[in-house]
Amino acid sequence: MKKTIFNEMHKKLNAKMVEFAGFELPIQYPKGIIYEHKLVREKVGIFDVTHMGEFDVKGKDALAFVQKITINDASKLFDGKVQYSAMCRPSGFIVDDLLVYRISEDHFMLVVNGANVDKDWGWCVENNVGFDITLEDHSDQIHLLAVQGPNSMKTIQKLTDTDLSKIEYYAFEMGKFAGVDMILSRTGYTGELGFELYFRGGIKEAEAVWNGLFTAGEEFDIEPVGLGCRDSLRLEKCYMLYGNDIDETTNPLEAGLGWITKLAKGTFNGSDAIAKVKENGLTRKLVGLNPTTDKFIPRHGYKIFIDGKEAGIVTSGNMCPTLNKPVGLGYVPMSHAAIGSVVEIEARGKFFTAEVVKTPFM
Amino acid sequence: MNFPENLKYTEDHEWVSVNGNIGTIGVTEHAQSELGDVVYVDISDSVTSITKGESFGTIEAVKTVSDIFAPVSGKVLEINSALNDDPAVVNSDPYGAGWMIKIEIYNPAELDDLLDVKAYTQIIGH
Repeated sequence: MKKTIFNEMHKKLNAKMVEFAGFELPIQYPKGIIYEHKLVREKVGIFDVTHMGEFDVKGKDALAFVQKITINDASKLFDGKVQYSAMCRPSGFIVDDLLVYRISEDHFMLVVNGANVDKDWGWCVENNVGFDITLEDHSDQIHLLAVQGPNSMKTIQKLTDTDLSKIEYYAFEMGKFAGVDMILSRTGYTGELGFELYFRGGIKEAEAVWNGLFTAGEEFDIEPVGLGCRDSLRLEKCYMLYGNDIDETTNPLEAGLGWITKLAKGTFNGSDAIAKVKENGLTRKLVGLNPTTDKFIPRHGYKIFIDGKEAGIVTSGNMCPTLNKPVGLGYVPMSHAAIGSVVEIEARGKFFTAEVVKTPFM
Repeated sequence: MNFPENLKYTEDHEWVSVNGNIGTIGVTEHAQSELGDVVYVDISDSVTSITKGESFGTIEAVKTVSDIFAPVSGKVLEINSALNDDPAVVNSDPYGAGWMIKIEIYNPAELDDLLDVKAYTQIIGH
């Protein structure tokens, strides 16, 4: 199991550590997931998300390569701009979702899910045929902290000369924080104002950044937060979790990712298959689920039944602390994808009812 | 972590306190710590008796759901309805306000199979 450079810091704070994406990472600290969730919604929290992978694509054909391997239109990017995208197989199924950073005209950075780094790297290498580019995997060298919450900008601003108010949503700048060179990226997975800090270096740099954030954020009650609330925060906003809501059996259209699927940009991996799905119409769709049975939380893997027959699957579910109610996401046939449709969810041999509701939940 | 001497424990992390033939049942401090924030304790009002080793309800925490297993068999006397309004007391006071069910124990001999505090803390590595 790999350790991030912040491992000892988490343990000193009595974090509950779990294995995730091959890393030992904090799922929560002693105050718990609900506390941490609210801290991010109301104040500011720090996630260690160093497990994410970072690939550089450099060279004359960098854009052409990114256009082939991703489904969004990377030609719309400009220097300092970030784009949410996905990679598909020729079958149209999703290899991973990712962020694409345009560093310069001939230099892009792809940020992929930690659990998929090896698979994605293999896929990139396999697709690097006939392009004048070099691919570099920097996942093991780059540390990543996500500082999220309404006070994140005020916190970071104290220790950087970069004017953060000038960085738009899904944009970034190269700068320094606490004296350490980094990418200051206005991105996140929480739906709150937030920044993701990509930087390199050893324990000295890591401590400078970590301690700098705590000092700067002290007046806002900053605390580290774990993977547990990362999941509940993203679920309230219905951001996809790879391995739950999307995987190599789902296409972007049924997952509700039509808005990043740019068939008009030309041929790319999966474009023919996705065009066919569009032409033939969807057979199922990822929908929001609001349990109407008391004291029931839908969870990943529970089966969905319609008229007594298995008809779909819950992909994500959790108690949402801001809403103070349980919600879920799941695939249902188009016949039951409309808001207000009623389905049954099986758990532990019992059946619970849920209503299809609009997403995001908040 | 706190594991009172006067309780009997199961390998599934329930505890039972015995007073005459009345047993009060809940989950241990270790269980609540592993579960994290408890959001529902679901024990159906229709449960009138419980059977040793069988699930009589579920605990929904933020991250996971867990069955609650009966340490001993018995007739249900009371279900802790205060948990409906404040399930978090299972986290904050697992041996007190976080109790879950009170039963009349059918067969006190079943208690002999349960773990004492020493055996239980050994199992969980404390």
